[in-house]
Amino acid sequence: MLSLHVPGHSLVHRLPAGAKLLTILVFGTFAFFVDSLVVLGSCVGVVAAAYLVARVPPARAWQLLRGVLAMVALIVLAQGFLGDWTTAAQVGLRVLAVVLLANLVTLTTAQTALVDAVVWAAGPLRRVGVDPDRIGLMIALVFRFIPVIAEEASKVREAHAARGVRPGLFGLGVSYLAPLVIRTLRMADGLGEALEVRGVGTRPAPPDRPAKVPF
Amino acid sequence: MIEFDRVSFSYPQRPVLREVSLTLSEKRIGIIGGNGSGKSTLARLVNGLVVPTRGTVAVNGHDTRRGLDRVRRTVGFVFQDPDLQIIMPTVAEDLAFSLRPLKLPKAEVARLVEAQLDRHGLLAHRDHPAHLLSGGQKQLLAIASVLITGPSVLVMDEPTTLLDLRNRRAVMRLVEGLPQQVLLVTHDLETLEGFDRVVVIDDGRVVADASPAEAIGAYRALVG
Amino acid sequence: MRAKDLALIALFTALMCVLGLAPRIQLPLLPAPFTTQTLGVMLAGGILGWKRGTLSMLLFVLLVAIGAPVLVGGLGGFGMLLGPTGGFIWAYPLGALVTGLLVERWWIRLNAVSAFIACFVGGALAVYVIGQPWLIVASAKLTLAQGWWSWVVYLPGDILKAVVAALVIITVKRAYPLITPRVDRPFTDDPAAGHPTGDQPGLKTLGGDPRL
Repeated sequence: MLSLHVPGHSLVHRLPAGAKLLTILVFGTFAFFVDSLVVLGSCVGVVAAAYLVARVPPARAWQLLRGVLAMVALIVLAQGFLGDWTTAAQVGLRVLAVVLLANLVTLTTAQTALVDAVVWAAGPLRRVGVDPDRIGLMIALVFRFIPVIAEEASKVREAHAARGVRPGLFGLGVSYLAPLVIRTLRMADGLGEALEVRGVGTRPAPPDRPAKVPF
Repeated sequence: MIEFDRVSFSYPQRPVLREVSLTLSEKRIGIIGGNGSGKSTLARLVNGLVVPTRGTVAVNGHDTRRGLDRVRRTVGFVFQDPDLQIIMPTVAEDLAFSLRPLKLPKAEVARLVEAQLDRHGLLAHRDHPAHLLSGGQKQLLAIASVLITGPSVLVMDEPTTLLDLRNRRAVMRLVEGLPQQVLLVTHDLETLEGFDRVVVIDDGRVVADASPAEAIGAYRALVG
Repeated sequence: MRAKDLALIALFTALMCVLGLAPRIQLPLLPAPFTTQTLGVMLAGGILGWKRGTLSMLLFVLLVAIGAPVLVGGLGGFGMLLGPTGGFIWAYPLGALVTGLLVERWWIRLNAVSAFIACFVGGALAVYVIGQPWLIVASAKLTLAQGWWSWVVYLPGDILKAVVAALVIITVKRAYPLITPRVDRPFTDDPAAGHPTGDQPGLKTLGGDPRL
C-alpha cells in the first residue's frame, strides 16, 4: 500500500494506533498552552528521544520534516525580526515538537492499524447512517485506482506528444486536465457497475419510477 | 433459464432494445452484433444492472426488478475491462471482497480464496498489487472474483476484447470447463465455436437465432 | 449512496492524489510555489457537485491523516495536518462545498466567468478563511498584524488555478455533465446541458426517463 510507514518492532511501533493518535491530541493541546521555553525545549527533547527508541532511519524522518520546515523557519524569522526573539523561539519549538511527534506516529504505525482506528472512531456515525466499514472500502478503492489514473494521465500526455502539441499554461487546463477528468468520470461508470454487481451501494430507482421530477 | 418477455429499453430519445422476447436455457449462448446494437444492454438486463423500460426479464423464475437480490446471487457478471472490475488493491483482498456480503467466518474466506487462487494459477501473486498483473491475469482475477461466490449463470460482456491471442485462449479454455450456464457477448466470432446457440442483435432486435455457424453466417451477410 | 456515487468519489480522490504527484512548480514572478492540488479542490466541487465533492475531499484529508504520501512533494501524515499549513488542507472539504454549491446554483447558465467566481470563492477564499487563521493562531500563535496579509502571496497562483479549473469545468459540463441543477426549471431547456449518447449504461440516471 501507499504509505510512509517504516516497519519495525520497537516499543513505539508496538503501541496501539489509537493510543498514539490520542497522545498526539493530548500533547498538541498541552504544547499549545505552554509558553515556557524550558518546557517546550524538553518537549522537543522527549520526542527526539522517542525517535531514537523507534530507530527510525534519519533520512526518512528528515524527508517528512522537510515539508514543514521551510514554513516554520519563515514564521520564526518573521516573528523574530518583526516582534521579539523569545516569542519566535516559543513558536518554533512548539510547532517542531508537535509536528515531530505526529510524524513519528506516521512513520511507526502500520497503515492498516490507522485505518482500523479510523473505522473504530467512526463507529458513532452509524447513528447518522454512515457505515464505518465503507470508509475502509473507500480508502482501499483510492489506493487501487491511483496507479490506474496515473496511467491514464500518461496516456493523455502521450496523446499530446503524438500530435506534437505543447499546450500553453491555460491550454493545459482544457487540453490536458479536461480529458483526464472525462476519462476518470467514464471509469466511474464502469467501477460503479462493478461495485453494484458485488453488492456495494444502494440500488438506483428503476426508470419506471422516477425518483425526482425536475419540474 | 433466462427469459426475456417483450423487453424494450431506451435512453432518452434513443431506443436501445425493441420488444425482445427470448428464452435461453442452453448451456453456452453467444450474443453478437455491431457496436451500439444493444447487445451489451441485453447482457446487463440479465443481472438487473439495467431494468427494462417495458417488459420483464426473469432468471430461474426470479424477476430482475422485484427479486434483484436473488438474481444477483444467481448471476455473475464479467466486464470487458478487468481494470475497473478489480476493486481492492491486492489479489487476495479482491477475492475476499466478493465474499463480504455472505458474512462467512474468516477461516472459510481464507480457504475459498486460496482454492480460487490455486485454480487460476494466481497463488504466486496472492499479495501482489492487482495493478501489476498482466492483462490476461487481471481478467482471470476478475473472473475468479465472480466465480468465488458460486453463481449458476455467468454473463460475460466482451471479456476477451482487450486480450492478446494467448490470453483469449486461456479465458476461453476456462469458460469451456465451467459447469455454469454462460451468456457470452463478443466480437470475437471464433470463440463461439462449440456453443449451443448464438443470437444476433441488430438495431435493438433479434435478427438471427441459430447454431453458431448459421448465426455467424447471418451476421456476416448483415454486415455485407 | 449509489455505487456510482461511491465510484465517483473514490476516483476523484485518486485523481486528486495523482495531481499531487506533479512536481511543485515555481513560476516566475510568483512568490509562492504553485501546487496543483487546490485545482483538485475546485474541480471536485465544480464537477461532482457539493455533496460528492465534499465527501471526496474529506476522504482525501483522511488519506493524509493515515500517512499516505498524497500531498504535493510526496508528503503526508498527521504532522502535515497539525503543522503551520495544516489549516489549508483541513479547508479542502469546505472549498469543494462552496465551489459545488455555487456551480450547482448557476449550472444552467454556467459560463467561464461564473465558473471562475465559483472556483475562486471556494478553492481560494474559503481555503484562506480556515488556512490563514490556523497559520496565524492555532499552530504558530503569531501576534503579528502583518501575518494576516501574508495570504496575498498565494493570490496570483490561485487566480491562475481558478481560471484553469473554470475552463475544465465548463468543458466537462458540455462533454459529461454530472450535476442536476438546483433551480426549479426543466433542465431540458438548455441545449448545452444535453447528455452525450453512446453505449454508457451509467448515463441513464442523468437524463431520467423519456416519458417524463
